[in-house]
Amino acid sequence: MNGFPWLTVAGAIPLAGALAVLLVPSLPRDSAPGDVEARTRLVKVLALAFSLIALVFVIVMATRFSTTGPDFQFTEQYSWIPQFGVHYALGVDGIALVLIGMTVVLMPVVILASWHDADNAKRSVKTYFALMLVLETMMIGVFAATDVFLFYVFFEAMLIPMYFMIGSFGVGPRQYAAVKFLLYSLLGGLLMLVAVIALYVYAGQSAATGHHGTFLFSTLVHVSLSPTVQKWLFLGFFIAFAIKAPLWPFHTWLPDASFSAQPGAAVLMLGVMDKVGTFGMIRYCLELFPAAFRYFTPLVLTLAVISILYGAIVAIGQTSVKRLIGYTSVSHFGFIVLGIFALTSQGQSGATLYMVNHGFATGAIFLLAGFMIARRGSDRIADYGGVQKVAPLLAGLFLVSGLALLSLPGLSTFVSEFLVLAGTFSRYKVAATFATAGIILAAIYVLWMYQRAMNGPVSESVSAMPDLKARELAAVVPLIALIIAMGVYPKPVLDVINPAVQSTMSQVHSTDPVPAHPVSASVSVSAGAQP
Amino acid sequence: MTTLAATGVLRVSWLLLAFPVFGAAVLLLGGRRTNRWGHLLGVAMPLAAFVYGVIAYFTLLGHSGNREIDLHMYSWIPVAGFQANIGLLIDPLSVCFVLLITGVGSLIIIYSVGYMAHDIDRRRFFGYMNLFVAAMLLLVLADNYLALYAGWEGVGLASYLLIGFWQFKPSAAVAAKKAFIANRVGDAGLSLAVMLMFAEYGTFTFSGVDAGVKHSGSGVALALGLLLLLGACGKSAQVPLQSWLLDAMEGPTPVSALIHAATMVTAGVYLMVRSNPILAYSADARIAVAIVGAVTLLFGGIIACAKDDIKKSLAGSTMSQIGYMMLGAGLGPAGYAFAIGQLLAHGFFKAGLFLGAGSVMHGMNDEVNMRRYGALGRIMPITSVTFGLAYLAIIGIPPFSGFFTKDPIIDAAWGSGGTQGWLLGGAAIIGAGITAFYMTRMMLMTWFGAKRWDEHAHPHESPGVMTWPMVVLAVGSVGAGAFLIIDDRLVDFLAPVVGSPPVSHGLFTWPGGIALILVVLAAAGAWAIYGRVPVPATAPRGSFVTNAARKDLYGDALNESALMRPGQWLTRLSVYFDSRGVDGLVNTLAATVGGSSGRLRRIQSGFVRSYALSMLIGAVLLVAGLLVVRL
Repeated sequence: MNGFPWLTVAGAIPLAGALAVLLVPSLPRDSAPGDVEARTRLVKVLALAFSLIALVFVIVMATRFSTTGPDFQFTEQYSWIPQFGVHYALGVDGIALVLIGMTVVLMPVVILASWHDADNAKRSVKTYFALMLVLETMMIGVFAATDVFLFYVFFEAMLIPMYFMIGSFGVGPRQYAAVKFLLYSLLGGLLMLVAVIALYVYAGQSAATGHHGTFLFSTLVHVSLSPTVQKWLFLGFFIAFAIKAPLWPFHTWLPDASFSAQPGAAVLMLGVMDKVGTFGMIRYCLELFPAAFRYFTPLVLTLAVISILYGAIVAIGQTSVKRLIGYTSVSHFGFIVLGIFALTSQGQSGATLYMVNHGFATGAIFLLAGFMIARRGSDRIADYGGVQKVAPLLAGLFLVSGLALLSLPGLSTFVSEFLVLAGTFSRYKVAATFATAGIILAAIYVLWMYQRAMNGPVSESVSAMPDLKARELAAVVPLIALIIAMGVYPKPVLDVINPAVQSTMSQVHSTDPVPAHPVSASVSVSAGAQP
Repeated sequence: MTTLAATGVLRVSWLLLAFPVFGAAVLLLGGRRTNRWGHLLGVAMPLAAFVYGVIAYFTLLGHSGNREIDLHMYSWIPVAGFQANIGLLIDPLSVCFVLLITGVGSLIIIYSVGYMAHDIDRRRFFGYMNLFVAAMLLLVLADNYLALYAGWEGVGLASYLLIGFWQFKPSAAVAAKKAFIANRVGDAGLSLAVMLMFAEYGTFTFSGVDAGVKHSGSGVALALGLLLLLGACGKSAQVPLQSWLLDAMEGPTPVSALIHAATMVTAGVYLMVRSNPILAYSADARIAVAIVGAVTLLFGGIIACAKDDIKKSLAGSTMSQIGYMMLGAGLGPAGYAFAIGQLLAHGFFKAGLFLGAGSVMHGMNDEVNMRRYGALGRIMPITSVTFGLAYLAIIGIPPFSGFFTKDPIIDAAWGSGGTQGWLLGGAAIIGAGITAFYMTRMMLMTWFGAKRWDEHAHPHESPGVMTWPMVVLAVGSVGAGAFLIIDDRLVDFLAPVVGSPPVSHGLFTWPGGIALILVVLAAAGAWAIYGRVPVPATAPRGSFVTNAARKDLYGDALNESALMRPGQWLTRLSVYFDSRGVDGLVNTLAATVGGSSGRLRRIQSGFVRSYALSMLIGAVLLVAGLLVVRL
């Protein structure tokens, strides 16, 4: 059980990076600009190096993950607060592993893309990059935790670096946005804390734990709770996750936060942090409270469909690029939640894959929008026009990421979106049909934005806009390559996700709906498949 | 009928996709370095695919018995219960399309070398064209509906990129976006159809659906048929999703020829014919397909009569001709093979007409207004003769292509019996007359009469790289119909896939005869208006009908009032509700009440209340949900 502590080390690498960055001595105020620049570059290179080490380390770890092995692998467990049965327990299944993978891929990309974002802030460059690395540790921790209390600690702690990243280094009404973000999250977190404690108390009354309270996920899944208790505890967790995810009507903090955050911070928020919400819905809401999960399914599906359509419609009406992308995420999170609550293999696998794909696609388009905004100094779509003529690389990559947002087949997002829709349709036809309208709205918000910003005659204010630089290309091109590769050949990732989904499904005694008129395998296979 | 695994030379049929994919990748990723030779690669790859296509065709002919060959490529989306593969189905139907796409496609791409010679972005153009060929081949070769859907959206992307190729023109950018969005409406229908197949049969391979639809009843078949028809309407510009095609003429003319005439827009017909096992179980779905076709063939023809822009008139004609194909597909086994025959013949003559129009534009400073043409026949002899042959083909004069391919559709529509036969057959006959009218009008306005050019225009014949493809297409316009229809060549070739027509049609049928008389009368009528008297250089005011047709029979006006305006209001309302209703209102209220406090405090009190309101709404919904769930 306690072999090599892979996950602890994976989380510790960025933390060590943060320390290393902070230990770089600051120069006195009156130093020569050249020295200051060299020093800040050292800080950035250090941060980038540690994020890359974490990436390589996690890749090595992933290759050692066995898709036929036990559900949770790389497990570690140490008693932390024995009085309350709190453990430092880590472990990942396929779902958590791919989310950690996404986190460590996005981090060097974001660091590279944010190279100059903190240069003009009043706070120090060191702090900004240290905060990012601390955030990475927290995010690895939150996905890897298999003790509910530990999860809660990471869940709350990751707010702190993000609060400072928005509040101190953001733009526009950043403090307003940061405080709003914090208050929403904290209130959700408080509800969850109540539920976490209650879970401990109920676990202590259960024979499954030998009447010892515990927070260990592996034990809690065996605790049977009365339906009423399940419903209350479910709500405690669910509202926290729905705020994080964000699900309509808990979404209003998101546009402000994505507007005020620097592009890099916004990518970490939309791409990774918010996934903790949907991840939590699978891991905790579903696995710990399956009866309540089913009870609330009609309601949640309704909210998910509203999110999909409402987020897309409001996105169409935005005049700011950043807000527009923020609202598209409301729509996309609706798809993820839809897939989770459809409770089919396709929906669950699709939703998990969606979390990863959304991270890359939204990451790419947000960073590209950020590069564009940094050149022109405005985030209003109307201030652009004809960018394709002056900066074809920027526009071309922006288009590919935009096509990923609208889930074009051949790009990764299509795979996950179609799995979610098909998985939902097989059980909830009406919900899936409404959700399908979202693909039309997605075409409108992406292509209309593209037309206004990139097409048409070259507007005077962008006529001198330089195209992407090597650093910016190095940040975005890997994401685009992943988007295409995972669209054409998603099997390697699905192979990691599928066993975890099957295990979850059997854990909660759910089976896929049987086709009304199943075609015997031999016929369906004859047109194509091989053994 | 079971499919065979690919053997021999067909085991490498993935080359069909690999050639154009490689071309597109090199040209789009290679950047300026490939500028000098890019167009050569852009021509070579589709040509290589054509050569392989010919080999595959003859290999298939060599299989005397079973001609459905499947090549499994790889497992695309494997999830428990959901197996999506990328696999190719080489059968008579798909091979017809492969030859059309790569053959006519190569000709048009060769022509583009001349047509786009002076465009600084020529390399990118050839990259997009290769992307299109790859996606279109995936569409027709896929052995399951999801892979077909990938090609389906892929051609939509290529179409978007190519309509908007001159994206610095706002009209082109808007037209490209409009085409994609209108197509997406159809695509939503197609993707729902795939979901329904999955829910009903647990599979969406062609053979699986074929097997499943036998047991699932006519209700499911009707639903599938209508959803697929919605997809087909979007892609093939059929009423009610037709309006994008006329605007799509903003793209370079070779694009109009290849994508918006010869191949992509016919994908809807392919989809309906490929789905013949589904249509077989729902007469209502077949009727719906036939009605859409009949309505569109009149609708497009009327629009084509009123347009002075040569490309838009041809676009209206394309809608109309595809209407014939849809009508044929809606008639079941009586019409499938003839729909495909019309589609293949149309690929030749309509591509020829568009390339001819492009040749005229090339010599006339991109002038598209036919009222500014006239007397070009002698100046552009090759263009005018090839155009003229395609003209004879499209209006269906024997022994040119259109006569052979259109008559069986007219006859079969008439033969469907009763009121239905009267209506569908009548529409097809009247449509033939309308076709003759607008095409004769186009001929007369372009090639004959007095010259009405701009003084800056110096019309001249196009270079050989452009005229030779037109010559080859003209040969097809003359001979393709006879080759396909005489001796039931195409009918017998396609029979394993779509079944045989219940009755065989003679070469001369009496509904076809009536149509032919109408064609002659309509051509004479057109001559009376546009040939006997000089054509005014500015359009006359015109009747109510003419004006309606000039405005695309109010297709855009309808979209605008029924969809766009309400959509805009909904968007504005939602944005307002989101920023003011949920959030801002409470913030503002808090700010006003606490006016004397510090800024941060104001904001903070704002949040808590706004939060509270959000939560309140959420709580109300939760309670409402609980009540609903209880019931």
